[in-house]
Amino acid sequence: MELLVVSLTVFVLAIFVGFEIITKVPPTLHTPLMSGSNAISGITLVGAVISAGAQISLLTTILGFLAVVFATINVVGGFLVTERMLAMFRRKD
Amino acid sequence: MRENLINLAYLIAAVLFILGIKGMTHPRTAVRGNRLGAIGMLIAVVAALLDLHVVRYEWIIAGVVLGAGIGAVMARRVQMTDMPQMVALLNGFGGVASTLVAGAALMEALALATGVPLQFTIATAASGLIGAVTFWGSLVAFAKLQGLTGDIRIKGAQMLNAALLALTTAFGVWLVIDPSATWAYWALVVTASILGLSLVFPIGGADMPVVISLLNSYSGLAAAATGFVLNNNALIITGSLVGASGIILTNIMCKAMNRSLTNVLFGIWAPSEETASSDEVYAGKVKAAHADELALLLEGARRVVIVPGYGMAVSQAQHAVRDLVLMLEERGVEVEFAIHPVAGRMPGHMNVLLAEADIPYEQMKEMDEINPTFEQTDVVIVIGANDVVNPLARTNPSSPIAGMPILNVDKARSVIVIKRSLSPGFAGIPNPLFAAENTLMLFADAKKGALDLMNALKAA
Repeated sequence: MELLVVSLTVFVLAIFVGFEIITKVPPTLHTPLMSGSNAISGITLVGAVISAGAQISLLTTILGFLAVVFATINVVGGFLVTERMLAMFRRKD
Repeated sequence: MRENLINLAYLIAAVLFILGIKGMTHPRTAVRGNRLGAIGMLIAVVAALLDLHVVRYEWIIAGVVLGAGIGAVMARRVQMTDMPQMVALLNGFGGVASTLVAGAALMEALALATGVPLQFTIATAASGLIGAVTFWGSLVAFAKLQGLTGDIRIKGAQMLNAALLALTTAFGVWLVIDPSATWAYWALVVTASILGLSLVFPIGGADMPVVISLLNSYSGLAAAATGFVLNNNALIITGSLVGASGIILTNIMCKAMNRSLTNVLFGIWAPSEETASSDEVYAGKVKAAHADELALLLEGARRVVIVPGYGMAVSQAQHAVRDLVLMLEERGVEVEFAIHPVAGRMPGHMNVLLAEADIPYEQMKEMDEINPTFEQTDVVIVIGANDVVNPLARTNPSSPIAGMPILNVDKARSVIVIKRSLSPGFAGIPNPLFAAENTLMLFADAKKGALDLMNALKAA
């Protein structure tokens, strides 16, 4: 129970932080914001890595492996495509 | 001790993610922001590898190599016009990863008999539900954007969705009462998957910006739910950041269409009684023009505003448009872009396309900023946009788009509309702008239209 309260506290505070920062992102950058935030939502990779490496049973290893694949596509694809897009935004010279 | 160090590493990662998103608040700092995020992710993954539970590495390495390869190829190959599809897929992959991790965590907890607290099972059920809806919903969104499938309206879809949600919840409750019932988890995942399909199938093309934003939010919330399962603050913080981001974008998109989220999700349009038929609106009033005449008009202009829409993306016209802009600027014309929030198929879609064509970001103006300037604008060129410039939104309270904020291009001295035909936009209503006295139509596909104007300008 105590743990749940701590987790909930973190969750709610993080949502507020998110709202504060993200409302300041200009519409011009909304697509890179989506792909970039998408990449960091691949943070599930952390849990996937632990499941794939823990060797509890064959099934959990397979589930973990699949999760690692999907989450890594999310992370690598997301960061790279965001980088590619942002590199195109330039000032007037 | 080791556990504390690992948790500290997660904290550093979370801080880097926050700083990374903060970097996105300006184009100058955005690249650095994205890299900070990537460094944060690297730190988090290294910390996970040091976790005491991790005893073997071969599956991890295989998964990372495979995933990184696929991700890198996707990121490198994707065309800028196809960015909505790419983001839809990535949303989906994030969602399914969360579902798989929650399932694996449940089975591990049962196998190790570590005890399964209430928080754990509730979070597992939530993760299964949100992740599966996100995955299948995103795949449908991808298929639609790619043109693989149209809108499929199922009779009684709302009833079906309600039934599916009830069934999914029932399996969730079962899991909470009896955590050893892993079948209930997988049954929940199956019903949630069908729910994801039936939710997104009926939603139309121009509503895609809302759907993608919402699925973006869900992929974050799924990660946060998995964080509750694993008791991992890095997942909770990151997931809620992304969740918040998606919700904000969803909200912006809904406001820009003056539609409520429920209306978008259930395909409801405001009832419209007396919208005029296209014959009444257009008959005898539409003036088609030749590129040569339009070139003369542009020759004499001092200020030109270009309004891009989905049509520009479809015909990949952004480079032709850039060349047209350069030519106008050489002649001393001031050119700016007016970008409606829902132009294209995802938030910011037009801006990315224009950036790809080397248009500086200072030249791309948001709706509120550019609307007051139309009265001082000599020529507006509308390229492949329709509903977002329809003055009915302002003038006819019984129109289905009544109250939707639009770009007031009709207030400019002259308007050139490049469009293939008079076919209606997503809202399915005629656009009086096309019949207005100061409007000239150039019937062509966006790319050909821009090229024709350019050639005519060259000759003039």
